[in-house]
Amino acid sequence: MTEDVIRLLTPEGERIEHPDYPLEVDADLLRRLYRDIVLTRRTDVESTALQRTGELGLWCPVLGQEGIQVGAGHAMRPTDYGFTTYREVGIFQVRGVDPVELLHLYRGVTHSSWDPRRVGLGIFTIVIGSHALHSVGYAMGIQRDGADEAVLSCFGDGATSTGDVHEAMVFAAAFNAPVVFLVQNNQWAISVPVTRQARAPLATRAAGYGIPSVRIDGNDVLAGLAVTRTLLDRAREGGGPAFIEAVTYRRGPHTTSDDPTRYRDEAELDHWASLDPLDRLRRHMERVGALDPEFVAAVDAEADALGELLRETIRGMEAPDPLRMFEHVYAEPHRQVTADRAAMADYLATVETS
Amino acid sequence: MSVREFPLPDVGEGLTEAEIVGWRISVGDEIAVNQPIVDIETAKAVVELPSPFTGRVTALLVAPGAVVPVGTPILAVEVSDREPVLVGYGVGHEQGRRRRLRGANAPQQGGAGRVESAAPQQEVTRLVPPGKPMAKPPVRALARELGVDLSRVTPTGSHGDITRDDVRRAASGNASSPAPIAARPVRGERVPVRSVQRQMAQAMVRSMTTAPHVTEWVDVDVSATMALVKRLRAEPEFADARVTPLTIAASAVIHAIRRTPIVNSSWVDLPDGSAEIELYPFVNLGLAVASPRGLVVPNVRDAGSLSLSGLARAITEVTERAREGRLTPSDSVEGTITVTNIGVFGVDGGTPILNPGEAAILATGRIVERPWAVDGALAVRPVMQLSLAFDHRVVDGASGSAFLADVAAYLHRPPH
Ligand SMILES: Cc1ncc(C[n+]2csc(CCOP(=O)(O)OP(=O)(O)O)c2C)c(N)n1
Ligand SMILES: [Mg+2]
Repeated sequence: MTEDVIRLLTPEGERIEHPDYPLEVDADLLRRLYRDIVLTRRTDVESTALQRTGELGLWCPVLGQEGIQVGAGHAMRPTDYGFTTYREVGIFQVRGVDPVELLHLYRGVTHSSWDPRRVGLGIFTIVIGSHALHSVGYAMGIQRDGADEAVLSCFGDGATSTGDVHEAMVFAAAFNAPVVFLVQNNQWAISVPVTRQARAPLATRAAGYGIPSVRIDGNDVLAGLAVTRTLLDRAREGGGPAFIEAVTYRRGPHTTSDDPTRYRDEAELDHWASLDPLDRLRRHMERVGALDPEFVAAVDAEADALGELLRETIRGMEAPDPLRMFEHVYAEPHRQVTADRAAMADYLATVETS
Repeated sequence: MSVREFPLPDVGEGLTEAEIVGWRISVGDEIAVNQPIVDIETAKAVVELPSPFTGRVTALLVAPGAVVPVGTPILAVEVSDREPVLVGYGVGHEQGRRRRLRGANAPQQGGAGRVESAAPQQEVTRLVPPGKPMAKPPVRALARELGVDLSRVTPTGSHGDITRDDVRRAASGNASSPAPIAARPVRGERVPVRSVQRQMAQAMVRSMTTAPHVTEWVDVDVSATMALVKRLRAEPEFADARVTPLTIAASAVIHAIRRTPIVNSSWVDLPDGSAEIELYPFVNLGLAVASPRGLVVPNVRDAGSLSLSGLARAITEVTERAREGRLTPSDSVEGTITVTNIGVFGVDGGTPILNPGEAAILATGRIVERPWAVDGALAVRPVMQLSLAFDHRVVDGASGSAFLADVAAYLHRPPH
């Protein structure tokens, strides 16, 4: 990893200060971060296993990226709003998304995973980059409401190549919208390396829009927390948009359907495994005496219970009535939807259910 | 205590089968939920499967090296009755609802393995298909044709279904059971046949046993092609492509198809026993490539719409990816005609086997200087042999020969 990144914890878990990003840390905060990373990882491992045993259609692993995600999740206020991709499991965890609800979508029994209003997160977006526009639109709405809120807009390195992200940055700058773009540069967009998409660090692109940017160590949960919080505060106070490039690495496959051994060198993995965000936090907590065995055991037990809950509920989940898909297309009756629904019902009548 | 089976899942959005690469557990082992138990290889990836159960392994139902359809039970585990039941794959009473067309000849519910969830003697019971014997429509048609009563045929298919061979055996008065393959003493080192090679083997057998092959040869003086290759290599338009005589041969094939479109087609058997020939309005040009994983035949889509430089680039790109083992499954489907360059192996010609479903394949030989009669005098010319195999159900001798002669003429005097 390049060294020009902002970092508050060294890979050995040593705390370092940064003049622009002060952060007060106590044992309680460290424990909350630790717990969220462990639970995120468990959701990830369990979901992969459920996919591999035929219970989910697909899963997008997050291994290696939990540091920046959990840090950024903690940087948000409850009243702030986030827009994410499929991979932000750490942010879902911090914002209180029920992992069971999250998996409904991956089992194909529902069209979205949670109530956006309850958790302050738009439903996650699979169409790469499109939610960058939604983020800026929402942020412009905050401006018009005069609300004390900001938006966190999360996408990947690959998304920065899309037109939608470009337009979003143009509008964010033009309207000084209260939005922080958080790019997780996990080095890969499926099989395309970031070096193919960008000749210069992604963070430098923001200058072209007149948006200030920083490059941070994405495997350092404290840097993720401090930098995101500072920039969200700045946006809330009218300081305008900002851009964070969190340098990290996707250690798993792009999705459970992908075989990364076809396009990347396994040696990279060893390097990034040595920079694991959970190991780093653990080392730091050991140094400052914030990691007692009872606490570790309690979090492990909570993770085991979470794993079991996911297995049991997901395996028992029934497919919904196919006609349900017509229910929420429009709030009010709509002629075309009514006709489509009737046609589907006619078709289903020709099909036996056993 | 009861025994649960683990059906092979679809690990990659729409896969239909996988090969069992190797078991990590043995019969009698105590295993835990999520413990890695087996490696499987699909068309997309090699992946490790975790156990859905905690319990004791009572049977590994599929041997390493075997390719089985999704849904086939691969593992049996004795679990305590507290263990939750897997839903969604034909296990126990919690069976997820399935839909099928009314009146259709439906496959047996959960065909490959329903498990009694509370079997008394901890034994696995398969539901016996009630009523009709299971056989796919073409097999039924064959049975009708041969006058075989399906209810008297012993099924050997992997789902307990009746195969074509079962029907043929029944017709030849040997309906009992397939003759066991005599155990052959091992005298050398046995190497398992793995996925790409297996696919090649199946494709070759299928092709050779369904399409009557005819092969024709012609030698051609390729002096002009060699000069053209040399000239194109210097042109900026061709800078990022590898121009070789194969490039010109590919162009020749596309050109010759315009005059003899029948070589770019497929023989299609219909379920009712009749047949049709499907002529393609486009050329998906297959290229046989030796990859690290074995022989692969990716194709260049709609090759007829490309300029010569576009064709050269597309061939370079797809063959490079094939050699680096980076093809995706979609690269190798829907080809319409194939070129195989056996000259790289230092040979002149051969009798290539058709890529299944295609009507023609052209093999290009090595280019060697040979004595060649030009205008009544002996000259030395670079000469290449072309070998064309075609499906004689589709292409007759006149059409096949016309096509081959056109390819040769193009290589002799390329119009570029
Ligand atoms: C508009 C659009 N184009 C293409 C895709 C297919 N696609 C799915 S994920 C992906 C790569 C995204 O890479 P990146 O933005 O780096 O996010 P990551 O998956 O690495 O988290 C692509 C191209 C898509 N979903 N949407
Ligand atoms: Mg990426």
